[in-house]
Parts: sequence; structure tokens; C-alpha cells
Amino acid sequence: MSARKTDDTSGAQRPNQRPELAALDDETIAGALTRMHLIRKFEEAAEASYMRGLIHGTMHLSIGQEASAVGATLPLEAHDYILSTHRGHGHCIARGAEPKLMFAEFFGKETGYCKGRGGSMHIADVEGGNLGANGIVGGGLPIAVGVGMSIKAQKNGRVCMVFFGDGASNEGAFHEALNMASIWKLPVVFVCENNKYGMSMDISRAMAVANVADRAAAYAMPGHSVDGNDLAGVAAVAREAVARARSGEGPSLIECKTYRWRGHSKSDRNLYRSKEEIEEWRLQDPIRRLEDELKAHDRFDAPSLMKLEEDAQREIDTAVEFARTCPDPDPKDLTRDVYAI
Amino acid sequence: MPSETLEATGDVRELSYAEAVREALGQAMEADERVFLFGEDVGVYGGAFGVSGDLVHRFGKERVIDTPISELGIAGAAVGAAITGMRPVLEIQFSDFVTLAMEQLVNQAAKIRFMFGGKASVPMVVRLPGGSGTGAAAQHSQSLEAWFAHVPGLKVLQPSTPHDAKGMLLAAIDDPNPVLIFEHKLLYKTKGHVPAEAYRVPIGQAAIRREGRDITIVGSSIMARKAEAAAERLAGDGISAEVIDLRSIRPIDFTTIAESVRKTHRLLVVYEGVKTMGIGAEISAMIAESEVFDFLDAPIIRLGGADSPIPYNPVLEKAAVPQEDDIVTAAANLVRRGEA
Repeated sequence: MSARKTDDTSGAQRPNQRPELAALDDETIAGALTRMHLIRKFEEAAEASYMRGLIHGTMHLSIGQEASAVGATLPLEAHDYILSTHRGHGHCIARGAEPKLMFAEFFGKETGYCKGRGGSMHIADVEGGNLGANGIVGGGLPIAVGVGMSIKAQKNGRVCMVFFGDGASNEGAFHEALNMASIWKLPVVFVCENNKYGMSMDISRAMAVANVADRAAAYAMPGHSVDGNDLAGVAAVAREAVARARSGEGPSLIECKTYRWRGHSKSDRNLYRSKEEIEEWRLQDPIRRLEDELKAHDRFDAPSLMKLEEDAQREIDTAVEFARTCPDPDPKDLTRDVYAI
Repeated sequence: MPSETLEATGDVRELSYAEAVREALGQAMEADERVFLFGEDVGVYGGAFGVSGDLVHRFGKERVIDTPISELGIAGAAVGAAITGMRPVLEIQFSDFVTLAMEQLVNQAAKIRFMFGGKASVPMVVRLPGGSGTGAAAQHSQSLEAWFAHVPGLKVLQPSTPHDAKGMLLAAIDDPNPVLIFEHKLLYKTKGHVPAEAYRVPIGQAAIRREGRDITIVGSSIMARKAEAAAERLAGDGISAEVIDLRSIRPIDFTTIAESVRKTHRLLVVYEGVKTMGIGAEISAMIAESEVFDFLDAPIIRLGGADSPIPYNPVLEKAAVPQEDDIVTAAANLVRRGEA
């Protein structure tokens, strides 16, 4: 890679850059870009696999939302926890999941993260700190409270980051969870990916306040509303929230304003939004925006950026091929994992 | 006989059901730092039914935790704590309020292990005071256990004696799965022999409370106690009834029921939950589908709750669930006339 290497993390040597970007060293940026590419390519390959008839169920693609998944998880340490959503492929990859095991799960194979029992909406890697995607809107929010209680009781210094959407913030679970996390000062970071629609319902019709982050005030915790397509900006507020959680000061609410380029799921015919709106948001592509900014500051050149993208594409291609050749589960094992023994 | 197999050898005292539950909680928390109790008013208030009592003073507010009135939230918190190394015991103040927590119990707790390919477990216990007889009317008196027995991934217990209340709670806390324990409110003050040591009553084993020849009466929770009292009266009338206390409805001990029916040739199932689509239907069908069906000399009869919400008026309230007299009458008719 031809990027200039610097050892500082304070950004003191990058005075011309905005502080959010300057705070990220080249290695961190390269890692983040790789994960954003992996998410984009994963989702594209998932969509292509569906078109080719390789996918049995539905899926919820997060193309366009890569910066919030990667930026929010950037300050997390290896032993921290995340909880994710039905639109969760990005969170898993951001947290370091292996795309080949994710595709194996997606294809329903015994070698998948959940042995083909969970599928797209339930990818989890509990040992790796990923406590699971969730098929229920808001389902992960109360669970995060319990994870926070564990961390506090075990005094292990971890943090739990829970992702959810704008739609989930209208569920009772959201309000109960934020309240409990706040009264008990739990080490939880609530990350709302506000992609403007709960399926087809525009957030402005579903919510009386202008920002999901405004709701933090009701629970006496900091609420940050950020441009969710700005990796560095998301990472900056996440760093603050994670530090606050880890130091015992309690939870924060982060709202990443972003947009999903694809429909809610495969049944979506985009009847509730215009082509123009989608096109407007495509111009806010979080990956291109970051690349352009890096090039403008001469931190990465075009060939090195291209290489990150190509490497990601290669990993995803390999992952799909791996998954296709894996064995299906045996029906005789249907009830094997219903109960722990 | 698979009943009181774990009768302890040590000190045995008379305790109330509520005291037995509290003793189990205290012993579990003493033995294992991962165990904690939480729920609405379980702290200094001592629990709505006095079950947690002084535990907050013994173990502190960090382990006996008062929660906001947020049933969905606290059920989810139990799930989160369980999958990250704790052993939460959650009290849902009245079992009726579990309706607010269904999402977390049914979609999350019951399914996480399966959905994650066996790579997680959810070792949590939920205690749910339920049942009618206290004049609390339709939203504080239900028997909803059959709902949860319909959900693979959950275990559902209904201990009927102080002995079992303690031993099954300790077994539930040890269990690596989500376990719901429905405690009938009218049983809390009943007394019985309870060993002082921390013993376990295995989950999934029914208890034969009384041996008999002429009819098998299967009951759960308070109905097992009523069936025992009814059997005593039936004996005075020359009818020998065998009484099986289910204790656990998921998993259910079909073997003990089947062996009994093979001997007595008649089956009466008694439960407080609504009769329609209830646990009696499941037991009846299990017998009907098995080779024991050929041993029946009379139809299987169910006595269950009326197709009605639990009413406030005490006369109506009694009429809404099976009473001891109903059991005596139904059993006698079944033995003498071959019908209820």
C-alpha cells in the first residue's frame, strides 16, 4: 500500500483534515474501508445469489448503510458485544464475521454460523461477541439491558452495542430498554440506523419528534444525531459513547441518518419513495465519499484504494463458492438444538 | 415409582410454599454468584406475595433488583444476562402480566439456542404467580401455562407442594434452558415438609401422590392437591383413585400417566387453565394415540377452566374452575357409569 504510515492516533500530524478523519490512522482507515467493501460486495452477491435461485428465504440488504455499521463498531474492542437487526449482514461483517460462514448460513448449510438453522436474520457468533441478529423489530434492545447487567455484575469492562432501526424506536421495547439502561448506568451504546423508512412508513409520519436522538432526553442520556454516511463522523461519536459506557457513566443514544438503496426486502416495489430520492442518496455513497476525501488529502492513492476493493471482491467470490459446496443439514438432526442438555 | 425419589435425609421442617421458594432462592444465590433475582417490588417490599421477603437484606440491591414496571424489558434483560454468563431468576408479579413479555420469552428466549445452531444457551428462570381464587378478577387470575407448553425451547413447571417448589426451582436454576415456573397463588401459604439442604427435584418427572386401582386422576398445580383430597373422599366411597401430580408440563412425563392408565383403565385429567385447547387435550390425545388406548374402559374425561374469563364474584369465580366436589363427582360417575 502506498499510503503514508503514521503512528499517531491523535491526528496531530493531519492538521488540514477535519478532526473526525484526522483521528483515524491509515491502518484503521484501510481496515474500515475493507469492511465497508466487504459489506457492499456481500450484499451484492447475496442479491445475485437470490436472482440465481440459490437463496431459499428472504433478506434485508444494507447497501448504502455501510458507514454506520463500520463506523459505530470501530471503537469496540475484541471482547465487546454487539446485537444486531434483521438488516444485520453489515453489523456482522463490521464486527469481523467471516463472509464464507455467513454465506454458508445464508445458503442454509450445516457449516454456517448457525448450522443453517437461523439464516439471514439470525446470524450470530456468540463466542466472537456477536450476540445475534434479530428478526423482531426492537428485539435486541431489552436483551442489551441484560448484557449490560452481566457486564456490570462480572466487572469485566466490556461494552454492549445494540443496533436497531428508526422503526424500532417506536416500539415499547426501545423505551423500556433505554430507561433501564439509564437508571442502572449500564455500559450500553444504542445505535439507531435511521434509514428514513420503517418498511414503507416514512419516519416523519411515524414519529412526532424530528430526530430519534431527541428521545435520549427522556432517558437522561446523551443523544447524538450524525450523518450516517460519514464513516469518520460516526466513528467519532461512537468513540465518545463507548468511552462513556466503559467508564461507568452509562448509556448513550446515537442516531445515524442513512438510507438503504434497496427495498425493505425482496417484496418491496418502492411504491412509497421516488427514483429521484433514491438517486439523491446514491450520490451520498458512504464508500465513495470516504475514498474521495482520502484522495483529496493525499492519504491514499487511487491504485491502493482500488486494491482494497478488489481484495474484498475476491474474498466474497471465494466465500460464495465455499458456501455453495457445503453440505445441507441432515433432517434427522431437526430437533437436536431445541434444548441444551 | 418416580415420585419423591430425592427425599432428603437431613433436617426436615414444615415450611410454607412461599418460604420454600425463598429458601431455594437464597441457597442458589449463596452457592453461585451468577444467580440474581429481579422483578417488580422484589426488593424491600419483599415481593407482591412476600416470596422474596428479606432476600434483599441478605444479598444486597445488586443481586435482588427492583425493576421498573417494564415486563417486556425485564424479560429481555433476563435473556441478555443469561446468554452472557449469568443465571437470572425473574419474577413476573402476576403471571397475567407475562402477556406483556411474550415477545422476549417466545421469540427470543425459546429460540435463541436453536436459531444459533446450538451455539448459545439461555439459562434463565421465570417465576409466575398465577391462578384464581383470590378475588382479583380477570386480569390477575389466569392460568396461562399451556400457552408456553406449546413453545419448543421452553420448559414449564407447576410444582404443587413446598417440597417440589424448592426442589424444582433449584433444578430450574441449574438447567441450561429457559424454565417458566407457574406458582399457584393459593398454594403460597400451604405448608409441607421441606428438607433444609439444597436438593433437586428432576424436571420432567410426575409424582404418584396416591396409588389406586379404579381410576387415574392427573392434575397439575393446585388441581393435584384437590385431586388428592378428592381421592380421599372417593376411598370412603369404595373407589380407589390413583393421583398423579404432573409437576412438569413441558417436558411431560407421559410414561407415568400411561402406566397408570394401563392399570386403572380410566383417566380423568384436571387442570385450572381453560379446558378448550388445554393440557388435558394433549394428555387425552397422547393416550388416544398410544397402545394404552386399548386398555380404556371408559372415555377420557377432562375437567378444566370454563370458557370464560375469571369473574370477580366469589360464587362465579369458584364456578369457573374445577373444585374438589367436581372431581369427586366426575371420578365416581366415570367409575360407576362409564361417563362423567
